[in-house]
Amino acid sequence: MRIRSRSSKGAEGDLTPMIDMTFQLIAFFMVLINFTEADQNEKITLPTSVLAKPPEVPFEHPIFVQLQDNGRVIFGTDDVPISAIKKYLGREVNYLRYAEKSPSDATVIIRADSDAPTGDVQQVIQMCQELKFDRFALRAKEEVN
Amino acid sequence: MRIRNTRKLEEEQIELQMTPMIDIVFQLLVFFVMTFKVVAQEGDFNIKMPLASESTGIPEDQPLPPMRLVLRSDDEGNLAGISLNDQPFTNFREVNEYVRSLIGDSSGPNGDAFRDSAEIEIDSDYLLKYSNVIAAVTAVTGYVDQNDKVVKLVEKIKFAPPKPAPAQQAQ
Repeated sequence: MRIRSRSSKGAEGDLTPMIDMTFQLIAFFMVLINFTEADQNEKITLPTSVLAKPPEVPFEHPIFVQLQDNGRVIFGTDDVPISAIKKYLGREVNYLRYAEKSPSDATVIIRADSDAPTGDVQQVIQMCQELKFDRFALRAKEEVN
Repeated sequence: MRIRNTRKLEEEQIELQMTPMIDIVFQLLVFFVMTFKVVAQEGDFNIKMPLASESTGIPEDQPLPPMRLVLRSDDEGNLAGISLNDQPFTNFREVNEYVRSLIGDSSGPNGDAFRDSAEIEIDSDYLLKYSNVIAAVTAVTGYVDQNDKVVKLVEKIKFAPPKPAPAQQAQ
């Protein structure tokens, strides 16, 4: 170091370790970031369960139905009453048919608020059943104990 | 270091501009730090439930008759009563223990058969808060043992046909 400061004018810190660390930090946060939050909604407080473990294999055709405690459903970005979800599910059915799949290949993921009445959840399930959906996933938040 | 020194003596050193790179790197870092959020993991309870649920009687290959878990609620949606196969319970821990005694500890060649064929039907009041249903599903589908491993109990869950909403009931 003494040699260098003699040869060049200003004293210069070695930036390499800092950049190494900074890149490591960036890599760390990049890996941890999850963009799946698009499927989640802040308005919904999921019930907790010790058995709720994240699925090992992602669902092939997930359809998210998010039920709030006021009896309204968030489907995609729209906030609609329960009776209106048939239209949206019908769209999904058409899409599945276009992909040469049947509704029973899809999984309806129900993210219902913990305070929502069970009857509303059952109504949603029933409407899905009428459109021949038969695979459901009741989503819950993992309880850390 | 020696090479650099000799080169320096010979020619003007070409300085690599570090400042813009560090600027950008820090911006990236700040972006990722800001967007970082610790989210609790979410998991699912899988239910396969086709519409055709007209009871055709108990199939013969079922060693256990289907269980029926009844959840009653008060007007506020709070849990007012639990009963499994007409037997009252006060909380879901007892339900879990009962199901365990029925299925989980049945060792021998039939143990797995019991587990595979056991089926539970949840009959819930309309107003009951959904968290109670998840608690019930948790109680019957399994438990976490001492080694933090999930032991599965009943995996087939279905819902009884929904009851009409209380407002419709009054009319």
